[in-house]
Parts: sequence; structure tokens; C-alpha cells
Amino acid sequence: MVTFGWPEAFFIFRAAGWTLLLTAIAFMIGGLMGGVLAILRLSRIKLLRRFAAGYILVIQSIPVLMVLFMSYYGLSLFGIELPPFFAASASLAIYVSAYLAEIWRGSIEAVPFQQWEASSSLAHSPAQTYRYVILPQAVRISLPPTVGFLVQLVKNTSIVSVVGFVELSRAGQLVNNATFQPFQIFTLVAAIYFAICFPLSRLSRHLEKVMNASRPH
Amino acid sequence: MPAVLIEDVHKSYGALEVLKGVSLAVEPGQVVALIGRSGSGKSTLLRCVNGLEAFQSGRIEVAGHAVDQDPKRLRDLRKDVGIVFQSYNLFPHLTVGQNIMLSPRITKNVPQAEALALAKDVLAQVGLSDKFDSYPDNLSGGQQQRVAIARSLAMKPKVMLFDEVTSALDPELTGEVLLVMEKLAKGGMTMLLVTHEMNFARTVASTTVFMHQGKIWESGPSAQLFAAPQTPELRNFVKAGAH
Amino acid sequence: MRYQFQFDAVFAEADRILNGVLLTIGLSFGAIVLGLALAVLLVAAKSLFGRWVGVLVDAYVELMRNTPFLVQLFMMFFGLPLIGLRMSGTEAALLAMTLNLGAYATEIIRAGVESIHRSQIEAGMSLAMTRRQVFQYVVLMPALARVWPALSSQFVLMLLASSICSFISVPELSGTAAIIEQNTFRSFETYIVVTLIYLALALSLKVSLLWLGRRIFPRLSSVDRLDAKAEAA
Repeated sequence: MVTFGWPEAFFIFRAAGWTLLLTAIAFMIGGLMGGVLAILRLSRIKLLRRFAAGYILVIQSIPVLMVLFMSYYGLSLFGIELPPFFAASASLAIYVSAYLAEIWRGSIEAVPFQQWEASSSLAHSPAQTYRYVILPQAVRISLPPTVGFLVQLVKNTSIVSVVGFVELSRAGQLVNNATFQPFQIFTLVAAIYFAICFPLSRLSRHLEKVMNASRPH
Repeated sequence: MPAVLIEDVHKSYGALEVLKGVSLAVEPGQVVALIGRSGSGKSTLLRCVNGLEAFQSGRIEVAGHAVDQDPKRLRDLRKDVGIVFQSYNLFPHLTVGQNIMLSPRITKNVPQAEALALAKDVLAQVGLSDKFDSYPDNLSGGQQQRVAIARSLAMKPKVMLFDEVTSALDPELTGEVLLVMEKLAKGGMTMLLVTHEMNFARTVASTTVFMHQGKIWESGPSAQLFAAPQTPELRNFVKAGAH
Repeated sequence: MRYQFQFDAVFAEADRILNGVLLTIGLSFGAIVLGLALAVLLVAAKSLFGRWVGVLVDAYVELMRNTPFLVQLFMMFFGLPLIGLRMSGTEAALLAMTLNLGAYATEIIRAGVESIHRSQIEAGMSLAMTRRQVFQYVVLMPALARVWPALSSQFVLMLLASSICSFISVPELSGTAAIIEQNTFRSFETYIVVTLIYLALALSLKVSLLWLGRRIFPRLSSVDRLDAKAEAA
């Protein structure tokens, strides 16, 4: 039996780095997909709206674990066997896209309707209204919940070991299997997650306060 | 040729008819006040003029544009017809100056330098030159409303619509806005205003139109209308005061 | 490439699947009831007792919300036996789910309680109610009504999170899927069936909670409800 020493701790810290990388990639790709989905969700074409709404509803009503399995085994049906990191990134991106699409759609809808009227009364086209008036405001509104979701994403990377990728939680499991010192190991693992997530949670709350303070009249 | 021509306009919200055959003409340079109770249809009529509301039958022509719901035609119309809202509706993420410069630049392709000069000019007209770089949240209601007027003026409209622009303001702030509007009127702007300010209507508007239950109930030269109301509805309205 | 889907092998394991579903439902309901009770107690404690109780509650909430559920689960399953608390995978799962959901529910209900206007509390006190009575009758029920949508979202999320308990070999639905997959080698078919079952469970729970909310809190209009998304973040 191995004791829990510096090499083991090092192993865990390196895995934390992978967790961060995975989070960043899933967030960026999922964010792009989510943006497109949000636009589809607000489209005037019924078919596009329904497709986006359906996709979002399904992803939000199944466990992230299932999103992982479905995308991993779904892709393997087409003969595509992705290496673990890419499989994990792709699956998480799908999960991210649905949740961010909802957050961003909600942010656009939260812009007061009078802004739409004022903009069109100044002879702006719909595209100009979106670009100069609505989206700048929607982005501000979306910051607190988007940062809040980032925290969820970091935590959800903990389950990607099912597609074979070793991130922080899996590293902890592996070290525990070797050393049988769960308290020390999982306290360290929890502390690392906490160190990543807590500042983000605080940031989200701070952004929300800033936003509420600058409400007009 | 009238600046605003409204002919037998009918509008309904579903089963409820809110405009029951309204006809009105506003000559260039004329200032017309629309007064009446809430629900009389006056704001709805105003919003039909720049296409924010659609109407089912009748005809509206403003500044040479026929009013329908075609998006491109509406945009062209809105370059010549300005509107100021009760809740000012300034863009909170832009400074005062940026609020004013935005539309001339992106809809009329006015170059930056020219737009800047234009913005400073209209801002001076409403007496707020020192607020060019301020954000709307930092201004009082009266100041925001004056900026809203300046924003519309920057489009060099032929007709200006005012939708109860002082109703949301604290009493001590309405004066500064009314002053700006009076200056505009004296400068020859064609104005159609929905208002509760009876004094303003009587002194600044050449014609006042009293609406009741979706119809024009009485209309005529302002001083005369207020001094000698013909119908009991208008008499009661004037007696009850501004509201 | 395996275009020939073979669902029969999966359907043959129907009773195993059924047991998995029942355990998932059981764990979720247990966690919801216990977690909700825990949250109400903690919010009450925070509002009725001193500063230090509040700090402890906050620390617990922050800890649970800023670490993954999986790690909490591992801690309880692998860690507790070392201090003498031996428990089965299922027991550890229920404990972890309860503590996790309890933290989120505490945060949500606390926000609801804070949204009750001071004037309501003053009215209760002026009617000679004790602080505890004011909390129970004037504050808690309206607060719960307001945050019901946010709470419901969190309950559904916990139902879905129960899938993580498969990591410690609890035979709930996901754990069962893993077993079936190993037995039949039909990965895609297994997981699509299980995914559809989760979909059905989640949607049913959503609808049931909506109905329940209307029955318990009939008088509050939807306008008064705090935004579910803002609270769930």
C-alpha cells in the first residue's frame, strides 16, 4: 500500500489542470453553439424555434452523465472513436450549449420592450436594433447567470471519467484506491474545487449587485 | 398639403374597438394637442401615426409618407417623424452623446464629425450641453426627457409626436421639458402632442382636440375650446382638471 | 458499424430496469423531503438564533455549492467508515443527496424569506406574535410560495444528479444501465432506453411539482414568484 505523499498530491494537482482546460474548452465551444441556439430559439421561423426549444428541453431534462454516454456511443455508431479528452469536451459542449442558450434567451427577453420601440422609432432596422441597442444590454444582464453556470460546469467535469478521461475527481479516486486515505485525498480534491468555484460564485453575486444598483430611475 | 392627414381611422384590439373613425389634419408648423381621459384612444391614435400601432381601416399620411406596416417604408417614415415617449426610453448603455449620435450615423450614414457637431447642437437646444458624456442613470427625469427630445431632433424630423411626455415626471421637473417644447413650437416645428397639461395645451397649441370613447368629440382653437366647451363631456373633463 | 439495433437484449432486463427506476425515484423523493425539512430548519435557525449559527449555516451552504456532488459522495462513502460510520452505497447516496439538496434549498428559501417585506413582520409583531410564530405563519409560507418554481427546478436537478450515485455502484437507474451494458454489450441501445426513461421521469416530476404548487399555494399569482433562473444559478 502506498502512502499519500507528494507524488500523489502532484498527480492530483496536474489533474486539476486538466479540469480547468476541459472547462475552458467546453465553455467556449458550448458558448458558440449556445449563441446560435439562442438565435434559433428567437427566430421567426416556427420550425427553427421548435427545433431549438426541443433540443434545449431534452438536454435539460436528462442527466449530464447521459449526455456524455449518448454522444460518446452515438458517435461510435458512426465509427468515430474520439480520444477521451475530445469525447469529454464534445459531450460537455453539448450540455453547455443548451443551458447557455436558455440563459441568453432569457437575457434578451429581459431587455425592456420599450427599448425595442425606441430603437425602431429611430428608423433602425431589426439587425441594427439587435446590434446597437438590445444585445449590449442583454450581455450585461447575462453576466451573473453565465458566471454562475460556469461554476456548475466546473463541478460537472467531475463525471467525465466515464469516457476514460482522468480529471481531478478521477485522480482522487485512483489515488484513494492505491492509498486508502479518503479523508486527506478528498479533502484536498474538494479544496481545489472550492478554490476554483468559490471566487467564481462570489464574482457572480457581485455582478448581480452591480447590475441591480445601476437600474434606471 | 397637411403634414399629418388622418382619414376615418378605425382600430380594434380584438373585439374591442378603440378608434371609431377618427379624422384629423395637421398643417405644417401647426401645434395640435390631443386631450382626453385614459382609454379615450389618444395615445393609440398617436402611435398609429408613426406605425407603432397598426389600424384596420382608414388612411394616414404623414410628412408625405403613407402609413402601413411595411418595414422598409416605416423606417423611411421614421426618419422624418420623431416620437418622444412617456418613459423616455434612452439607451442606458450609451452616453447622452452616443444616444443622440447613434441613429443619424447608422441610418443616414452621417459621418462621425458631422454627427458629433449635430449632437452638440441639439443638446444645446435643449439646454444640456454639459451632459454630453453623462450616462442616462445619472440624469434626473426631466433631463432624460430633454435628451430624448434632442435624440429625436437629431434626425431632423418634419413632424414630432409627443406621448404624454411629462406624465412620469415629478411636478417640479415638468417645467423644463415644457419650456423646450414651447421653444420648438415657436421655431415652427409641426407637433402633435398627447398631454394632460391643460395650460400648455391652451397656450402653446393652436388647436386642441378632445377625444372621448375612440372618437373626436370636440376640436377647435385652443383658447376657445377651453373657455367655452360645447359638450358636457368636455365640460366635465376640464372641470376635473388635468386628469 | 452497428446499424442493427438490438433492443431485445435490453428489454429482457426489464425488471432490473424497473428496480433501478424505483430506487432512483426512492432516493430522489427521500432527498427532496429530507432536504427540504433540513433547509427549513436551517433557515429558521439562521433567522432565530445568533450570528454564529448563521455563519455555520453559510459555511455549510458554500461548501456544498462549490464542490462537486461526486466528491461529496466519495467523501461520505469512503470517508465515513473510517470514523466508524459504516454504510451501504445506497445509504451514503441518500445522505449525500440530502445534504447537497439541503444546501441549495437553504439558499433558495433564504432568498425567499428575505424577500418578505419588513412591514409584514412588523404587522405580525404588532399582533403580539412571538418571533417564532411570525416566522412560521407570516414569513415561511409566502416565502415558500414565491420560491416554489426555483425549488422545483432544484428538485428536478437532484433527480438527474442521482445518476452520479452509479459511481459508487448504487443500483439506481444509471448503475443498472452500467450492469446491463456489461451483460449485453449493447451500449447505445441501453443508454438510449435509460435516457428516455430519465426524460420521462424529469418531465413527470416537473409537471407534478407545478400541480402541487398550485394546490398548496393557490392564492399567489405567478407575478409574485421569484425568478427560477436567478435563484438556480
